[in-house]
Order: sequence, then structure tokens, then C-alpha cells
Amino acid sequence: MSLYTDKVMDHFENPRNVGVIEDADAVGEVGNPMCGDIMKMYLKIDNDVITDIKFKTFGCGSAIATSSMATELIKGKTLDEALELTNKAVVDALEGLPARKIHCSVLAEDAIKVALIDYYTKNGRELPESLVGFEPHEEE
Amino acid sequence: MRVYADNAATTYMSDAAKAKLIECLDNYNGNPNSLHSDGQRTQEVLDEARQTVADCINAAKANEIYFTSGGSEADNQALISAARGLAPKGKKHLITTNIEHHAILHTMAKLEKEGFEVTYLAPEANGIVDVKKVEDAIREDTALVSIMFANNEMGAIQPIAEIGALCKSKGVLFHTDAVQAAAHLPIDVQAMNIDMLSMSGHKFHGPKGIGVLYARNGIRLINVIEGGAQERGKRAGTVNVPAIASMAVALKEGCDNMEENMKKVSALRDRLIEGLKDIPYSQLNGDPVKRLPGNVNYSFEGVEGESLLLHLDMYGIECSSGSACTSESLDPSHVLTGMGVPVEAAHGSLRFSLDTDNTEEEVDYIIEKVHSVVERYRKMSPYWEDLESGKREHCISK
Repeated sequence: MSLYTDKVMDHFENPRNVGVIEDADAVGEVGNPMCGDIMKMYLKIDNDVITDIKFKTFGCGSAIATSSMATELIKGKTLDEALELTNKAVVDALEGLPARKIHCSVLAEDAIKVALIDYYTKNGRELPESLVGFEPHEEE
Repeated sequence: MRVYADNAATTYMSDAAKAKLIECLDNYNGNPNSLHSDGQRTQEVLDEARQTVADCINAAKANEIYFTSGGSEADNQALISAARGLAPKGKKHLITTNIEHHAILHTMAKLEKEGFEVTYLAPEANGIVDVKKVEDAIREDTALVSIMFANNEMGAIQPIAEIGALCKSKGVLFHTDAVQAAAHLPIDVQAMNIDMLSMSGHKFHGPKGIGVLYARNGIRLINVIEGGAQERGKRAGTVNVPAIASMAVALKEGCDNMEENMKKVSALRDRLIEGLKDIPYSQLNGDPVKRLPGNVNYSFEGVEGESLLLHLDMYGIECSSGSACTSESLDPSHVLTGMGVPVEAAHGSLRFSLDTDNTEEEVDYIIEKVHSVVERYRKMSPYWEDLESGKREHCISK
């Protein structure tokens, strides 16, 4: 079997929602260059619905594919729905990731959470319970 | 277009090596340890192959050539033999570099657990070890110096003859892992004062699963594999004569055509290096001149090597990367970081290893596609954006 599923390769070759939203309502960035992964997500939010989302990713094939899939999964969803997105859901939607690449999906989930915290904080709103005390995972 | 540019990982077998393998499978399939005709016919083929290998590296005698399962086994046996063999004489210190293959590094780590002390020398920024530092590291109780002939990742060629002369003058054994060098660079174990040397058949158009440990007569080898008395009792297991004969043919082909091959392949290498130079914030890793004829190792800032590699593969270009994501570990290449390449730049590295089958047209295709993928992934990279805006500092100069 190849390292990556066809679905991963599709999202790597044709990533959805790549780019920047200049007047984004929320921005979330996780990772660092020493670890070789950085994901940055830009969200446009209207009436608690994610109306647009773009990302930029520095990282391997699976980092790019998980970013792409995660943005697809939450585009058009409410903030509450987006909060429920797990890294496992991203992995499942990609029809699997090799064990040592699972951290890429965690990075994608974290980037969305960081962006949502940015949104709630900027707008002076109380953080939903699941985001209270949230810290992005440290990469090893 | 399909371009195979990963010859340091493995090569394709040459026609002559393939023909020899099949000839042996058909006609010399006996066990050379058998006394009947089939066995003895096969023994002759084995003797001939051993002599060929000895001649290719100018070993004094054919019986200094031991056939192993490959380069890793040869490396393991060389280190274990020197360390455990000299330990009773109170010599419990070993010297190597931090850019060796894991067959060396992991064996050294095992020996450290057994109580040996190991000095790991770092090369200079060009990937080449300073002989003076080797000299300074040698102690009364040093048993062995093991330094690779040429590096598999960034291609730097080590000053083997100088290190050999130094070790000889100090009475220290000298082993070199010549897996990347054999059949590609001139090797003379006597002139270079090499006591032990490892090579691997599939790195020079021979078959996989077969290699060589050269050990000068007088060095007592310690078995890694116990069993029958094959290979002068130093390596048990029925001798794989077809693979050995095939490897010997490939080695001889490489050695016979070495001058011509080096000229051709290094011209392709230099064309590729030249063609990538105009990519801003990129650097060639390893000495530009003292490097393997086919090796090009480049770092591109702001992008990650695995994504470049995967996209180049879609264009039919096969290469490798020192990025953490292409390895089983989370760390980028120990070779690049060991020679001082910043971790961020090591993540964005690609290695192309060319050989005689490659063409100028292929090299030009690689140049074109590398430009295109680096640009594509820089556009997508928030790290590159930060480098461009000055939010983060460049670690490679423009």
C-alpha cells in the first residue's frame, strides 16, 4: 500500500481553500518552523456561521491535505458545529493517515480552535466551555 | 518524463550484472561447500568473484574479502570486531563522526552501552572532517577510527588517505564505510591505509542483499552471524554465489569505466547545481567540489521537503529529502543538522543522486520542475510569508 490514500493525494495535489482572507474575522496559527509544520487559517464569520475559510500551510503532504480537508469540513458550518470537529473526523474524511502523520490532523484541529478563540476574544464573547483553557498541542 | 534521481538510495542493476545473476542461477546453483561437481563449479565462480572484488580496491589478497548481506552488516561487524577485539588490551575508545550512516551510529550506541567510549566528530560547514580534529581525538586507548568515505546525503568526500596515514602512524585501526564510494570513486585500500572497508552491491548497479567487508589480514574478525564455517569461519550462512558473482561484475564495470563515468556524471551534477542557483534563499549542502559525482543536496527556505518530493514525483521525478516528514523520526536529517545546517533549512532539503543513465535533458527537466514546485509551496507557506515580511529571520542568505 502507498503511504497516502488517494483522498490524501487528491487534497495534496488540489488543495481546497488555499489563500488569505485580508479582512478575516478570525485567524489561527499553530506550529513552528523548527518542527517543519505551520498552519494558518483565516475565517470569515457571519451570524455565527463560517461563510468563508482559507488556509496557508508550511509542511508535508499530509499537513497540506489535512488543512484542506479541515477547511472543507467546516466551511458553511456554525461555530458550534466547527467546535465539534475532531482530528479523527479529518483523518476519517481522508480515509486514513499513516500513524506518524496523525499529528498533522491534530494541528488542523488546533488551528481551527485557535482561530475560534481569536474570534470569541476579539468580540468580547465568553469562550465556549470546550475552549476554556485550551492550549495547542506541543510538537515533539 | 520519468527521471530516476535517487541512485544513492538504490541503483538499477546493469545488464551485465543481471546476465551474471541469471547465468549463476542456471549453471552455478550448487553450494560451494559441497564436494560434488556442482558445488565445486560454484566454488570456482565464488573464488573468481572474490579475486575481482579484491582487485577493484587493490586488496593485497583475495582472502581479505568477506561477503556479507550488505553494507549494514559489514559496518556492524567491522565496529564490533575492532571494539570487542581490542577491549582486552584496554583499548575502549572509538572515534567516528556525527554524519555516519545509522549502521555505524546505532552500532556505536550499542557499544557505548557495553562500556566503550565514543567520540563523535562534527565535520566543518562543508561536510568535510578536519584531519587535525581526528588527530586531536586519538588517545592512548583508542581502538578504532571509523569515518565514511563519502556521505550518502550531501556527498562530501572525506580525506580518507590522510586519515588512513594518521591512524597508521598512531597504531589505531581505521575503518571506512565506502557504501556510496565503491565503484564511483577510486579506492586503494593499501595506498590509503584502510584496515577495514564496507560496501554494498546495490549502490553500484549490483543486486540487493549482498555486500562486502574488506578486512586486512591480521585483523581478527568477530562473527555477527554464527553457524557454519563459511567465509573463513567469520560469516556463517550458505554463500549467496549468484548475488556475489553479479555484484563483482557490477563492481568491475564501475571500476573499469570509472574515469569516464565520473566525468559524465559530475558534469550532470554541476549542471543541476548551476541550474538551481538562481532560486533565492536556497543553498547547496556539502562541499561543491569534493563531492560524489552524482550528488546534489539543496535546501530551500520556507518550504518542506516532503511536499516538494511528492509533487516532483507527480512530474515523474524521483528523489529524496532530509525532511523529518520523510523519515520514521520527527527530526530532520542528522547529517545536515550535524554539519550545522539550521533545522528549518534541513526540513526544506532535497537530494538528487544522478548516475550514468541520466541525461542533460533530464537534468534540465529537474531544474524546471524544482523551480516550479518551490514557487508553488512558497506561495502556500505562512512561514515563507513571514520570511518575506521580515516577521521571521532568514537562515539562508539570498
